[in-house]
Amino acid sequence: MTMAALYVPARSRRAVLHRLPAGAKLLALLVAVCALVAAADTAVAPASAAAAALLHPLCGLGVRTALRTLRALAPFLAAIALFQWLAGDWQAAARVSGQLAAAALLAALVTASTRVSEMLDLFERLARPLARFGANPRRVALVLALTIRCIPLVASAWRASREAYIARGLRGRPDAMVVPVIVGMLRSADALGEALTARGID
Amino acid sequence: MTLRLERVSHAYDGRPVLRDVDLELSEHRIGLIGANGSGKSTLARTLNGLVLPDSGRVLVDGLDTRRHAREIRRRVGFVFSDASAQIVMPTVAEDVAIGLRRSGLGAAEQRARVEAVLERHGLAGHRDHPAHLLSGGQRQMLALASVLVTEPEVLVCDEPTTLLDLRNTAVVAQALRELPQQVVLATHHLDTVSGFDRVLVMDDGRVVFDGAPADAVAHYTALMGVDAGAARPDGGAGSGPRRSGGGYRP
Ligand SMILES: Nc1ncnc2c1ncn2[C@@H]1O[C@H](COP(=O)(O)OP(=O)(O)OP(=O)(O)O)[C@@H](O)[C@H]1O
Ligand SMILES: [Mg+2]
Repeated sequence: MTMAALYVPARSRRAVLHRLPAGAKLLALLVAVCALVAAADTAVAPASAAAAALLHPLCGLGVRTALRTLRALAPFLAAIALFQWLAGDWQAAARVSGQLAAAALLAALVTASTRVSEMLDLFERLARPLARFGANPRRVALVLALTIRCIPLVASAWRASREAYIARGLRGRPDAMVVPVIVGMLRSADALGEALTARGID
Repeated sequence: MTLRLERVSHAYDGRPVLRDVDLELSEHRIGLIGANGSGKSTLARTLNGLVLPDSGRVLVDGLDTRRHAREIRRRVGFVFSDASAQIVMPTVAEDVAIGLRRSGLGAAEQRARVEAVLERHGLAGHRDHPAHLLSGGQRQMLALASVLVTEPEVLVCDEPTTLLDLRNTAVVAQALRELPQQVVLATHHLDTVSGFDRVLVMDDGRVVFDGAPADAVAHYTALMGVDAGAARPDGGAGSGPRRSGGGYRP
């Protein structure tokens, strides 16, 4: 649900990240994650996760954003750590979950400080070489925007169907919701397509 | 700007929805009322080429919607009743801005236009808010702003107030009244067409009345066989003395 609200307006003047260009941030993210994986160190991984979390308030993003990321990630972290630990390798448990948490937190720093439209401009520029093979960079960027746009769309189709399902006193058989959810999504997609045409965005 | 329908007919799966409609629309404020399924939305959609007629043609300032769809859509903005379905981008300002992406305007000019339109529609304080979390009324204002930022010459609105409460209906109706643009408004909220220059009543794919708002509403309510009060937002049916069919006061 909150996925589409990824961008978090900066709350203070420390919004260094908000001012950096999207390309630089993505590149830095790529380098950092590669380094993290290459280092594969039991101490470094959890330490970088902690550092990435600390960077949030330092960049004017608030600890809340970091906590939200960690909460979403928690089940996976727990499962992986437990599995490694049971396999008798607590060091691997610390390393892998540390790497994962650090990577997710760093990625969250980038998404929270970058508007989708900046991301689009970047992708449009990156996709420009594809024009030689007949692809339209603007379309590539639009497809990415629409993918992000469709997350709340799917969520609301699911919520509407679930509420109707419960309101009608149906229970059990959640598979009965598959068809209405798909129909709801197709209908919204139809309306969205029409709106795009009407607004001349295509 | 003149919108012309010349003997326009349209059918869905063999079922006629528009029958031989001949119209010339050039007034500043034009209303479109009529029963569910009478063809209002289909007629509105022909005005910017979202629906192409099976026979006859639609001309926007002389341009045929069949051949100049892109150019026509630049001049004819369209607002739907379900604002959520029109939102493309995650945040308010971005959604308004995306309509300008291929406008050829410079970045500074684009930003200035977006700011101005947000300000004008009471959305300046919601610039970075997630668009799908706005209230229904704010969302419809966003839909309006997103279309108006490209400065179309005509605005066609298909029931823009249907999902709104009384206050927001009044807000949106007021916003439409104040537009410098020509407006074509299809609606079930009969109050919103009061003061319009011309109101068309549709029935079964035909324009069965064409005239002043009060007369059009009277014709429509008589056609429906209901009291005019019952069709108004304040619900005349039930309490108090019933007004007669012609009792509508714009
Ligand atoms: N995409 C479609 N496919 C098939 N039939 C359609 C489609 N759109 C509309 N219709 C049919 O065309 C007829 C006219 O529909 P239209 O939406 O133009 O009416 P309307 O006057 O806008 O009604 P309402 O007041 O309910 O919005 C209806 O019978 C409707 O079922
Ligand atoms: Mg309709």
